[in-house]
Amino acid sequence: MAIFNRNHLLALIAAAAISGCTTVPDNTGNEQPADNTVSESTGASSGVASGIDDDSMTVSSETVGNGSSVGVDVALSITTVYFDFDKANIRPDAYAALKAHAAYLSTNAGAKLRLDGHADERGTREYNLALGERRAKAAASYLAANGATRSQLEVVSYGEERPAAMGASENSWAANRRVELKYTAVAP
Amino acid sequence: MDRLINQIVKRTLWFMAFGIVVISSAVRAELVVEVTKGSDEAQSIAVVPFSWSGPGRLSTDIARVVSADLHRSGQFKPIARDKMLSRPSTQDQVFFRDWRVLGTEFVVIGRVEKSAKGVYQVEFELLDVLQGKVVKRGSAAGKKLRAMSHYISDVVYEYLTGIKGAFSTHLVYVTMEWQKDNKQLFKLHHTDADGFNDVVIFTDAEPILSPSWAPNGRDITYVSFEGTRPGIYIQNTLTGKRQKITGFPGLNSAPSFSPDSRKLAMVLSKDGNPEIYTMDLSSGRLTRLTRYYGIDTEPSWSPDGQSIIFTSNRGGSPQIYRVQLASLKVERLTFEGNYNARPSITPDGRFLVMVHRRDGVFNIAVQDLVRGSFDVLTETTLDESPSVAPNGVMVIYATQRQGKGVLEAVSMDKRVKVRLPSSKGHVREPAWSPFLY
Repeated sequence: MAIFNRNHLLALIAAAAISGCTTVPDNTGNEQPADNTVSESTGASSGVASGIDDDSMTVSSETVGNGSSVGVDVALSITTVYFDFDKANIRPDAYAALKAHAAYLSTNAGAKLRLDGHADERGTREYNLALGERRAKAAASYLAANGATRSQLEVVSYGEERPAAMGASENSWAANRRVELKYTAVAP
Repeated sequence: MDRLINQIVKRTLWFMAFGIVVISSAVRAELVVEVTKGSDEAQSIAVVPFSWSGPGRLSTDIARVVSADLHRSGQFKPIARDKMLSRPSTQDQVFFRDWRVLGTEFVVIGRVEKSAKGVYQVEFELLDVLQGKVVKRGSAAGKKLRAMSHYISDVVYEYLTGIKGAFSTHLVYVTMEWQKDNKQLFKLHHTDADGFNDVVIFTDAEPILSPSWAPNGRDITYVSFEGTRPGIYIQNTLTGKRQKITGFPGLNSAPSFSPDSRKLAMVLSKDGNPEIYTMDLSSGRLTRLTRYYGIDTEPSWSPDGQSIIFTSNRGGSPQIYRVQLASLKVERLTFEGNYNARPSITPDGRFLVMVHRRDGVFNIAVQDLVRGSFDVLTETTLDESPSVAPNGVMVIYATQRQGKGVLEAVSMDKRVKVRLPSSKGHVREPAWSPFLY
């Protein structure tokens, strides 16, 4: 058990998106909860979900690692946004999550985010690489429009090569048309 | 050991389908080639076991390889060995009556010797039963009996069809296997056109895609995500030597050698969105060919090297366009349906082969660039990555059967269909080599 203020929780949730997640508890656990960090966090809260009132709370690192049962900042814990078939426009159901990440990036200039664009298996592989990139770029543009800096963002497209769900069904396809947000650096 | 037994069992079953059983050396074949539909006009041919003057048995049964090649083309019906009334290996041993009785139209005979230096010398004849005479003879010398066998198949095929044989060619393809921890393993394979001598030439946990051949039939180019970002690579299939060609921010996709080998066409999005470029391989200089805010991808050279065809959604849906390299003038080539992609032009310049969507289903289709006619060649639902044999007869492509990626091939006239089941993972992205001689 460890006690983190809200800013650190956000950082942890965000960092949980980093592939592997193994370094996250160490990095953050070594940080001292300085007062100025807390105030920064408060400043950021306007763009983040509104349900947070306490400045500190108790969580276990395991819960944070799962990024699911925290139940505090749902929007920021969402690290995958989905797209319609052959489309790259951001759907309204992704606005809240992307705005939360944009706010986090805006207040944490050292944070860096990689956006991995994906497509479902239908259509040719190279066309789907292009489609995955358009999706990731659309998400990056949305983040930039909401406060993130372009230099914080990197776009990579995997096309249809890394499916999240297998099988030739509408459900699998819908799960595969996505952009995954992965923090490659969190705020110091 | 289990693997070896599997191989033997698999191959034994395969040869039993021919009415022949063989237990042979460990020539590996991950892909097994099965003819699912042969031509109605397949010619009857007998490939008689070749005589061998040396001790013991040869590691490769030449007549069996030739017979399998001709069968695999779908254009020939080889006669089972146990039906043969005689087994001549020289012209004077041939009694044409023996073959007329069987309805055999052509007979192949031959002899193998080995020189002191360990080089095999093979001589062969093709006989026309109706005419009662030798119509073609040839010889081959070398150490690789399988390669020499494919050469014989090429000579026989060319004489009887008028089309250069492609039995000596190679394939590269990609497999993807799911690992225990839900991670992926990608492998780039190199194999003979009949599935034998399968060698993995590159393995990575990151995606491998879009392999295609250099005109020399030795080098290939492909995209690898090695290091978690895409780059274009060139690899020598003989030495394994690899060179990274590009690693620009964004897409590095769909590389394709020019017919003169000097340039690579490719897709880069470093300037904002996917555009078609050519790179001069000696200087590294890039030339941008397209300017469109949407998707331009999948460049492929016309056989004369004067233009590049590509996929673009500039008309609202993916269609195939051609850009002239000299003028950068762009024209649209396809108008059938609302999804045509991954174009390539047959070596004779006559046909455009592509992935075509109709009723939500993806098939391989061909458009006659002279007459304008359009024909769908395949019947499954997720067909992609068509690659035409260098003689223009067959198209190999990837599809799915029971949720598994497999390779299949179909003749351009739709008369012949071939399936290439694999023992390994999801198979995809076949690329047929050019002629090797």
